[in-house]
Amino acid sequence: MHQTTYHRASSISEAVKMLKEAEDGKFVAGGQTLIPTMKQRLAAPSDLIDLRHIGELKGIEVAGNTVKIGAGTTHAEVARDAALAKACPALCHLAAHIGDPHVRHMGTLGGSIANNDPAADYPAAVLALAATVHTNKREIAADDFFVDLFETALEDDEIVTAISFAVPEKAGYAKFPNPASRYALTGVFVAKHADGVRAAVTGAGENGVFRAEAIEKALVGAFEASALDGTTVPADGLMSDIHASAEYRANLIVVMAKRAVQAANGG
Amino acid sequence: MAEISMTVNGRKVTGTVEDRTLLVHFLRENLGLTGTHVGCDTSQCGACVVHLDGKAVKSCTMLAAQASGSEVTTIEGLAQGAELHPVQAAFREHHGLQCGFCTPGMIMAAVDMINRHPEGLDEKTVRAELEGNLCRCTGYHNIVKAVLAAAEAMGGKAVKAA
Repeated sequence: MHQTTYHRASSISEAVKMLKEAEDGKFVAGGQTLIPTMKQRLAAPSDLIDLRHIGELKGIEVAGNTVKIGAGTTHAEVARDAALAKACPALCHLAAHIGDPHVRHMGTLGGSIANNDPAADYPAAVLALAATVHTNKREIAADDFFVDLFETALEDDEIVTAISFAVPEKAGYAKFPNPASRYALTGVFVAKHADGVRAAVTGAGENGVFRAEAIEKALVGAFEASALDGTTVPADGLMSDIHASAEYRANLIVVMAKRAVQAANGG
Repeated sequence: MAEISMTVNGRKVTGTVEDRTLLVHFLRENLGLTGTHVGCDTSQCGACVVHLDGKAVKSCTMLAAQASGSEVTTIEGLAQGAELHPVQAAFREHHGLQCGFCTPGMIMAAVDMINRHPEGLDEKTVRAELEGNLCRCTGYHNIVKAVLAAAEAMGGKAVKAA
Protein backbone atom coordinates (compact mmCIF):
# COMPACT_ATOMS: atom_id res chain seq x y z
CA MET A 1 0.00 0.00 0.00
CA HIS A 2 1.22 3.49 -0.82
CA GLN A 3 1.51 6.03 1.98
CA THR A 4 -1.71 7.65 3.10
CA THR A 5 -2.84 9.85 5.95
CA TYR A 6 -5.70 8.65 8.11
CA HIS A 7 -8.35 11.00 9.52
CA ARG A 8 -11.33 10.10 11.67
CA ALA A 9 -14.41 12.27 11.27
CA SER A 10 -17.00 12.54 14.01
CA SER A 11 -19.60 14.38 11.92
CA ILE A 12 -20.55 14.74 8.27
CA SER A 13 -19.49 18.39 8.17
CA GLU A 14 -16.12 17.50 9.67
CA ALA A 15 -15.66 14.76 7.06
CA VAL A 16 -16.40 17.18 4.22
CA LYS A 17 -13.94 19.70 5.67
CA MET A 18 -11.24 17.02 5.98
CA LEU A 19 -11.75 16.00 2.36
CA LYS A 20 -11.54 19.60 1.14
CA GLU A 21 -8.21 20.04 2.93
CA ALA A 22 -6.79 16.82 1.46
CA GLU A 23 -4.84 16.75 -1.78
CA ASP A 24 -6.46 13.61 -3.16
CA GLY A 25 -8.61 12.32 -0.33
CA LYS A 26 -11.18 9.59 -0.24
CA PHE A 27 -13.95 8.67 2.19
CA VAL A 28 -13.76 5.19 3.70
CA ALA A 29 -16.73 3.53 5.39
CA GLY A 30 -16.26 -0.18 6.15
CA GLY A 31 -13.26 -0.32 3.83
CA GLN A 32 -13.97 -3.84 2.63
CA THR A 33 -13.39 -2.83 -0.98
CA LEU A 34 -11.21 0.24 -0.62
CA ILE A 35 -8.56 -1.24 1.71
CA PRO A 36 -7.96 -4.33 -0.50
CA THR A 37 -7.88 -2.02 -3.55
CA MET A 38 -5.26 0.16 -1.85
CA LYS A 39 -3.26 -2.93 -0.88
CA GLN A 40 -3.13 -3.85 -4.56
CA ARG A 41 -2.07 -0.27 -5.34
CA LEU A 42 -5.06 0.14 -7.62
CA ALA A 43 -6.04 3.12 -5.47
CA ALA A 44 -3.68 5.44 -3.66
CA PRO A 45 -5.58 8.27 -1.98
CA SER A 46 -3.35 10.79 -0.21
CA ASP A 47 -5.80 10.89 2.69
CA LEU A 48 -8.45 8.56 4.05
CA ILE A 49 -11.40 10.10 5.87
CA ASP A 50 -13.01 7.47 8.06
CA LEU A 51 -16.83 7.76 8.26
CA ARG A 52 -17.30 4.76 10.53
CA HIS A 53 -17.60 6.77 13.73
CA ILE A 54 -20.27 9.22 12.55
CA GLY A 55 -23.36 8.46 14.62
CA GLU A 56 -25.78 10.30 12.32
CA LEU A 57 -25.05 7.81 9.51
CA LYS A 58 -26.24 4.79 11.47
CA GLY A 59 -29.57 3.15 12.15
CA ILE A 60 -32.69 1.64 10.58
CA GLU A 61 -36.11 3.29 10.88
CA VAL A 62 -39.33 1.63 9.82
CA ALA A 63 -42.16 4.15 10.20
CA GLY A 64 -45.51 3.21 8.72
CA ASN A 65 -44.93 2.53 5.05
CA THR A 66 -41.46 4.00 4.86
CA VAL A 67 -38.05 2.49 5.53
CA LYS A 68 -34.96 4.60 6.05
CA ILE A 69 -31.53 3.04 6.50
CA GLY A 70 -28.49 5.06 7.49
CA ALA A 71 -25.58 4.74 5.06
CA GLY A 72 -23.22 3.68 7.84
CA THR A 73 -25.37 0.68 8.78
CA THR A 74 -23.42 -2.54 8.29
CA HIS A 75 -24.64 -5.51 6.26
CA ALA A 76 -24.81 -7.55 9.48
CA GLU A 77 -27.08 -4.93 11.08
CA VAL A 78 -29.38 -4.83 8.05
CA ALA A 79 -29.47 -8.64 7.94
CA ARG A 80 -30.72 -9.07 11.50
CA ASP A 81 -32.98 -6.03 11.97
CA ALA A 82 -36.33 -7.28 13.26
CA ALA A 83 -38.46 -4.36 12.02
CA LEU A 84 -36.90 -4.50 8.56
CA ALA A 85 -37.42 -8.27 8.46
CA LYS A 86 -41.16 -7.59 8.70
CA ALA A 87 -41.24 -4.67 6.25
CA CYS A 88 -38.87 -5.99 3.57
CA PRO A 89 -37.37 -9.41 4.35
CA ALA A 90 -35.80 -9.57 0.89
CA LEU A 91 -33.38 -6.81 1.87
CA CYS A 92 -32.36 -8.69 5.03
CA HIS A 93 -31.82 -11.80 2.92
CA LEU A 94 -29.70 -9.85 0.45
CA ALA A 95 -27.55 -8.31 3.21
CA ALA A 96 -27.11 -11.70 4.88
CA HIS A 97 -25.53 -13.06 1.70
CA ILE A 98 -22.99 -10.35 0.93
CA GLY A 99 -19.41 -11.59 1.23
CA ASP A 100 -18.92 -13.47 4.49
CA PRO A 101 -19.68 -12.80 8.19
CA HIS A 102 -16.45 -10.85 8.75
CA VAL A 103 -17.03 -8.61 5.74
CA ARG A 104 -20.63 -8.05 6.82
CA HIS A 105 -19.47 -6.78 10.21
CA MET A 106 -17.56 -3.94 8.53
CA GLY A 107 -19.11 -3.30 5.11
CA THR A 108 -21.86 -0.70 4.88
CA LEU A 109 -24.82 0.02 2.65
CA GLY A 110 -23.54 3.50 1.82
CA GLY A 111 -20.09 2.20 0.95
CA SER A 112 -21.55 -0.43 -1.34
CA ILE A 113 -23.77 1.89 -3.38
CA ALA A 114 -21.20 4.70 -3.50
CA ASN A 115 -18.66 2.24 -4.91
CA ASN A 116 -21.22 0.84 -7.39
CA ASP A 117 -19.31 -2.34 -8.15
CA PRO A 118 -21.05 -3.94 -11.16
CA ALA A 119 -21.38 -7.20 -9.19
CA ALA A 120 -22.44 -5.72 -5.83
CA ASP A 121 -25.80 -6.78 -4.41
CA TYR A 122 -27.19 -3.56 -2.91
CA PRO A 123 -27.43 -1.54 -6.15
CA ALA A 124 -30.00 -4.04 -7.47
CA ALA A 125 -32.14 -3.60 -4.35
CA VAL A 126 -31.89 0.19 -4.34
CA LEU A 127 -32.91 0.36 -8.01
CA ALA A 128 -35.74 -2.19 -7.79
CA LEU A 129 -37.12 -0.65 -4.61
CA ALA A 130 -37.15 2.77 -6.34
CA ALA A 131 -35.30 4.05 -3.31
CA THR A 132 -34.23 7.61 -2.72
CA VAL A 133 -30.53 8.13 -2.02
CA HIS A 134 -30.04 10.86 0.58
CA THR A 135 -26.76 12.73 0.63
CA ASN A 136 -25.34 15.65 2.57
CA LYS A 137 -26.39 17.86 -0.38
CA ARG A 138 -29.60 16.50 -1.92
CA GLU A 139 -31.91 13.60 -2.60
CA ILE A 140 -31.24 11.48 -5.66
CA ALA A 141 -33.68 8.99 -7.21
CA ALA A 142 -32.17 5.51 -7.62
CA ASP A 143 -32.85 5.77 -11.38
CA ASP A 144 -30.46 8.74 -11.54
CA PHE A 145 -27.90 7.54 -8.99
CA PHE A 146 -26.13 4.64 -10.71
CA VAL A 147 -24.31 6.04 -13.73
CA ASP A 148 -21.73 3.51 -14.95
CA LEU A 149 -19.18 0.96 -13.69
CA PHE A 150 -17.97 2.24 -10.32
CA GLU A 151 -19.57 5.57 -11.16
CA THR A 152 -22.50 7.30 -9.49
CA ALA A 153 -24.11 10.73 -9.53
CA LEU A 154 -22.14 11.60 -6.37
CA GLU A 155 -19.81 14.57 -6.45
CA ASP A 156 -16.34 14.24 -4.90
CA ASP A 157 -17.30 15.78 -1.58
CA GLU A 158 -20.78 14.29 -1.43
CA ILE A 159 -21.55 11.64 1.17
CA VAL A 160 -24.44 9.19 1.04
CA THR A 161 -26.23 9.63 4.36
CA ALA A 162 -29.15 7.20 3.96
CA ILE A 163 -31.51 5.46 1.59
CA SER A 164 -35.28 5.46 1.98
CA PHE A 165 -38.05 3.63 0.18
CA ALA A 166 -41.73 2.82 0.41
CA VAL A 167 -42.38 -0.72 1.63
CA PRO A 168 -43.14 -2.81 -1.47
CA GLU A 169 -46.10 -5.19 -1.61
CA LYS A 170 -43.64 -8.00 -2.28
CA ALA A 171 -39.93 -8.28 -2.99
CA GLY A 172 -37.37 -10.99 -3.56
CA TYR A 173 -33.69 -11.35 -4.45
CA ALA A 174 -31.85 -14.25 -6.02
CA LYS A 175 -28.25 -14.42 -7.18
CA PHE A 176 -26.02 -16.93 -8.84
CA PRO A 177 -22.72 -16.45 -7.03
CA ASN A 178 -19.48 -16.94 -8.91
CA PRO A 179 -18.22 -20.25 -7.48
CA ALA A 180 -14.81 -18.75 -6.67
CA SER A 181 -15.35 -15.10 -5.74
CA ARG A 182 -18.97 -15.44 -4.60
CA TYR A 183 -19.76 -12.12 -6.23
CA ALA A 184 -23.02 -12.18 -8.14
CA LEU A 185 -22.42 -13.62 -11.60
CA THR A 186 -25.99 -12.43 -12.03
CA GLY A 187 -28.39 -11.26 -9.35
CA VAL A 188 -31.97 -10.06 -9.76
CA PHE A 189 -34.03 -8.08 -7.27
CA VAL A 190 -37.76 -7.92 -8.05
CA ALA A 191 -40.21 -5.68 -6.26
CA LYS A 192 -43.97 -5.44 -6.70
CA HIS A 193 -45.13 -1.92 -5.98
CA ALA A 194 -48.66 -0.52 -5.94
CA ASP A 195 -47.91 1.13 -9.30
CA GLY A 196 -46.03 -1.67 -11.02
CA VAL A 197 -43.14 -4.09 -10.95
CA ARG A 198 -39.44 -3.21 -10.97
CA ALA A 199 -36.69 -5.75 -11.63
CA ALA A 200 -33.05 -4.75 -11.34
CA VAL A 201 -30.08 -6.84 -12.45
CA THR A 202 -26.58 -6.81 -11.00
CA GLY A 203 -23.46 -8.71 -12.03
CA ALA A 204 -24.46 -8.89 -15.69
CA GLY A 205 -24.53 -5.45 -17.25
CA GLU A 206 -21.53 -3.93 -19.03
CA ASN A 207 -22.47 -0.60 -17.46
CA GLY A 208 -23.39 -1.95 -14.06
CA VAL A 209 -26.83 -2.38 -12.52
CA PHE A 210 -29.85 -1.93 -14.82
CA ARG A 211 -33.60 -2.56 -15.00
CA ALA A 212 -34.75 -5.54 -17.07
CA GLU A 213 -37.78 -4.28 -18.98
CA ALA A 214 -38.71 -7.67 -20.40
CA ILE A 215 -38.90 -9.12 -16.88
CA GLU A 216 -40.92 -6.19 -15.55
CA LYS A 217 -43.38 -6.37 -18.45
CA ALA A 218 -43.91 -10.10 -18.05
CA LEU A 219 -44.63 -9.75 -14.32
CA VAL A 220 -47.13 -6.90 -14.54
CA GLY A 221 -50.05 -9.19 -15.36
CA ALA A 222 -49.24 -11.95 -12.88
CA PHE A 223 -46.49 -11.74 -10.27
CA GLU A 224 -45.69 -15.44 -10.59
CA ALA A 225 -42.54 -17.28 -11.68
CA SER A 226 -44.58 -19.00 -14.40
CA ALA A 227 -45.32 -15.60 -15.94
CA LEU A 228 -41.65 -15.57 -16.97
CA ASP A 229 -41.87 -18.82 -18.96
CA GLY A 230 -40.71 -18.00 -22.47
CA THR A 231 -39.45 -14.55 -21.50
CA THR A 232 -36.06 -13.74 -22.98
CA VAL A 233 -33.64 -10.95 -22.24
CA PRO A 234 -31.34 -9.62 -24.98
CA ALA A 235 -27.62 -10.36 -24.54
CA ASP A 236 -26.72 -6.90 -25.90
CA GLY A 237 -24.88 -4.85 -23.30
CA LEU A 238 -24.20 -7.81 -21.05
CA MET A 239 -20.72 -8.77 -19.87
CA SER A 240 -18.76 -11.63 -21.42
CA ASP A 241 -15.77 -12.90 -19.49
CA ILE A 242 -14.03 -16.16 -18.55
CA HIS A 243 -16.84 -16.91 -16.12
CA ALA A 244 -19.84 -16.55 -18.39
CA SER A 245 -20.79 -15.33 -21.85
CA ALA A 246 -23.32 -12.57 -22.39
CA GLU A 247 -25.81 -15.17 -23.67
CA TYR A 248 -25.35 -17.27 -20.55
CA ARG A 249 -25.91 -14.24 -18.35
CA ALA A 250 -29.02 -13.31 -20.37
CA ASN A 251 -30.44 -16.71 -19.57
CA LEU A 252 -29.37 -16.44 -15.92
CA ILE A 253 -31.32 -13.18 -15.60
CA VAL A 254 -34.58 -14.98 -16.37
CA VAL A 255 -33.71 -17.92 -14.10
CA MET A 256 -32.73 -15.65 -11.20
CA ALA A 257 -35.81 -13.48 -11.78
CA LYS A 258 -37.99 -16.58 -11.45
CA ARG A 259 -36.28 -17.56 -8.21
CA ALA A 260 -36.58 -14.02 -6.90
CA VAL A 261 -40.33 -13.98 -7.63
CA GLN A 262 -40.69 -17.36 -5.93
CA ALA A 263 -38.87 -16.00 -2.88
CA ALA A 264 -41.09 -12.89 -2.93
CA ASN A 265 -44.16 -15.13 -2.96
CA GLY A 266 -42.98 -16.96 0.11
CA GLY A 267 -40.59 -19.53 -1.37
CA MET B 1 2.65 8.54 11.54
CA ALA B 2 -0.42 7.72 13.61
CA GLU B 3 -0.54 7.53 17.38
CA ILE B 4 -2.88 4.68 18.18
CA SER B 5 -4.18 3.06 21.32
CA MET B 6 -6.45 0.09 21.82
CA THR B 7 -7.19 -2.70 24.26
CA VAL B 8 -5.82 -6.02 23.05
CA ASN B 9 -6.77 -9.14 25.00
CA GLY B 10 -7.65 -6.96 27.97
CA ARG B 11 -4.35 -5.07 27.94
CA LYS B 12 -4.14 -1.38 27.02
CA VAL B 13 -1.56 -0.87 24.29
CA THR B 14 -0.31 2.15 22.41
CA GLY B 15 1.91 2.53 19.39
CA THR B 16 3.19 4.86 16.71
CA VAL B 17 2.69 3.34 13.29
CA GLU B 18 2.56 4.44 9.68
CA ASP B 19 -1.01 5.36 8.81
CA ARG B 20 -1.01 2.59 6.20
CA THR B 21 -0.13 -0.11 8.74
CA LEU B 22 -2.69 -2.90 8.73
CA LEU B 23 -4.15 -4.06 12.02
CA VAL B 24 -2.72 -7.55 11.49
CA HIS B 25 0.80 -6.15 11.13
CA PHE B 26 0.41 -4.04 14.26
CA LEU B 27 -0.67 -7.13 16.20
CA ARG B 28 2.10 -9.34 14.85
CA GLU B 29 5.03 -6.99 14.53
CA ASN B 30 4.48 -4.36 17.21
CA LEU B 31 2.80 -6.52 19.84
CA GLY B 32 4.41 -9.86 18.96
CA LEU B 33 1.02 -11.56 18.79
CA THR B 34 1.87 -13.87 15.92
CA GLY B 35 -1.07 -16.20 16.48
CA THR B 36 -3.07 -14.09 14.04
CA HIS B 37 -1.93 -15.18 10.57
CA VAL B 38 -1.64 -13.55 7.17
CA GLY B 39 -2.81 -16.13 4.66
CA CYS B 40 -3.92 -14.72 1.33
CA ASP B 41 -3.47 -11.02 2.07
CA THR B 42 -6.38 -10.40 -0.33
CA SER B 43 -9.27 -10.46 2.15
CA GLN B 44 -10.47 -13.91 1.21
CA CYS B 45 -8.98 -16.60 3.45
CA GLY B 46 -9.90 -15.49 6.99
CA ALA B 47 -6.62 -16.62 8.64
CA CYS B 48 -6.35 -13.09 10.07
CA VAL B 49 -9.76 -12.97 11.77
CA VAL B 50 -9.82 -11.24 15.16
CA HIS B 51 -12.66 -9.76 17.18
CA LEU B 52 -13.08 -6.00 17.05
CA ASP B 53 -15.45 -4.78 19.77
CA GLY B 54 -16.82 -8.32 19.96
CA LYS B 55 -17.31 -8.93 16.24
CA ALA B 56 -15.22 -11.05 13.87
CA VAL B 57 -13.35 -8.95 11.31
CA LYS B 58 -10.44 -9.49 8.94
CA SER B 59 -7.44 -7.76 10.47
CA CYS B 60 -5.71 -7.66 7.06
CA THR B 61 -8.56 -5.56 5.73
CA MET B 62 -8.41 -2.67 8.13
CA LEU B 63 -5.80 -0.17 9.17
CA ALA B 64 -4.48 -0.25 12.70
CA ALA B 65 -5.58 3.40 12.88
CA GLN B 66 -9.16 2.38 12.06
CA ALA B 67 -9.09 0.07 15.09
CA SER B 68 -7.71 2.72 17.44
CA GLY B 69 -9.94 3.11 20.49
CA SER B 70 -11.43 -0.36 20.04
CA GLU B 71 -11.22 -3.60 21.98
CA VAL B 72 -9.46 -6.35 20.08
CA THR B 73 -9.39 -10.03 20.96
CA THR B 74 -6.92 -12.33 19.22
CA ILE B 75 -6.45 -16.09 19.43
CA GLU B 76 -3.99 -15.48 22.29
CA GLY B 77 -6.79 -13.92 24.33
CA LEU B 78 -9.17 -16.87 24.37
CA ALA B 79 -7.67 -19.37 26.83
CA GLN B 80 -7.95 -18.74 30.56
CA GLY B 81 -4.40 -19.50 31.62
CA ALA B 82 -3.74 -23.16 30.90
CA GLU B 83 -7.42 -23.87 30.31
CA LEU B 84 -8.34 -23.83 26.65
CA HIS B 85 -11.42 -21.98 25.44
CA PRO B 86 -14.20 -24.52 24.66
CA VAL B 87 -13.76 -23.90 20.92
CA GLN B 88 -10.01 -24.53 21.15
CA ALA B 89 -10.67 -27.67 23.18
CA ALA B 90 -13.20 -28.88 20.61
CA PHE B 91 -10.76 -28.32 17.70
CA ARG B 92 -8.19 -30.44 19.58
CA GLU B 93 -10.68 -33.12 20.53
CA HIS B 94 -12.19 -33.45 17.05
CA HIS B 95 -8.96 -32.89 15.15
CA GLY B 96 -10.31 -29.80 13.41
CA LEU B 97 -6.94 -29.05 11.83
CA GLN B 98 -4.03 -30.52 9.97
CA CYS B 99 -1.33 -27.97 9.21
CA GLY B 100 -2.94 -25.47 11.58
CA PHE B 101 -2.36 -22.35 9.52
CA CYS B 102 -6.03 -21.42 9.19
CA THR B 103 -6.85 -22.49 12.74
CA PRO B 104 -6.57 -19.15 14.58
CA GLY B 105 -8.97 -17.55 12.11
CA MET B 106 -11.25 -20.59 12.15
CA ILE B 107 -11.45 -20.50 15.93
CA MET B 108 -12.08 -16.75 16.12
CA ALA B 109 -14.78 -17.13 13.43
CA ALA B 110 -16.29 -20.06 15.33
CA VAL B 111 -16.45 -18.18 18.64
CA ASP B 112 -18.14 -15.25 16.89
CA MET B 113 -20.56 -17.59 15.11
CA ILE B 114 -21.51 -19.37 18.35
CA ASN B 115 -22.02 -16.01 20.09
CA ARG B 116 -24.36 -14.88 17.32
CA HIS B 117 -26.44 -18.06 17.42
CA PRO B 118 -27.49 -18.51 21.04
CA GLU B 119 -30.32 -20.71 19.77
CA GLY B 120 -27.72 -23.29 18.70
CA LEU B 121 -26.16 -24.31 15.39
CA ASP B 122 -26.72 -26.96 12.77
CA GLU B 123 -24.30 -28.26 10.16
CA LYS B 124 -25.77 -26.21 7.30
CA THR B 125 -25.51 -22.98 9.28
CA VAL B 126 -21.93 -23.72 10.34
CA ARG B 127 -20.87 -24.41 6.74
CA ALA B 128 -22.57 -21.22 5.52
CA GLU B 129 -21.01 -19.18 8.34
CA LEU B 130 -17.53 -20.50 7.45
CA GLU B 131 -17.82 -18.84 4.03
CA GLY B 132 -15.02 -16.42 4.92
CA ASN B 133 -12.50 -18.98 6.20
CA LEU B 134 -10.51 -21.20 3.88
CA CYS B 135 -8.82 -24.45 4.91
CA ARG B 136 -6.74 -26.30 2.33
CA CYS B 137 -6.13 -29.45 4.43
CA THR B 138 -9.14 -30.79 6.22
CA GLY B 139 -12.00 -30.60 3.76
CA TYR B 140 -13.80 -28.81 6.61
CA HIS B 141 -15.41 -31.98 7.94
CA ASN B 142 -13.74 -32.03 11.34
CA ILE B 143 -13.84 -28.25 11.61
CA VAL B 144 -17.62 -28.36 11.30
CA LYS B 145 -17.72 -31.22 13.83
CA ALA B 146 -15.57 -29.21 16.26
CA VAL B 147 -17.71 -26.07 15.93
CA LEU B 148 -20.91 -28.05 16.51
CA ALA B 149 -19.39 -29.77 19.56
CA ALA B 150 -18.16 -26.45 20.94
CA ALA B 151 -21.56 -24.84 20.44
CA GLU B 152 -23.11 -27.64 22.43
CA ALA B 153 -20.41 -27.50 25.11
CA MET B 154 -21.07 -23.80 25.46
CA GLY B 155 -24.70 -24.57 26.16
CA GLY B 156 -26.02 -23.11 22.94
CA LYS B 157 -25.98 -19.81 24.76
CA ALA B 158 -24.10 -16.62 24.09
CA VAL B 159 -20.75 -16.72 25.85
CA LYS B 160 -18.35 -13.80 26.03
CA ALA B 161 -15.31 -14.18 23.81
CA ALA B 162 -12.59 -13.73 26.36
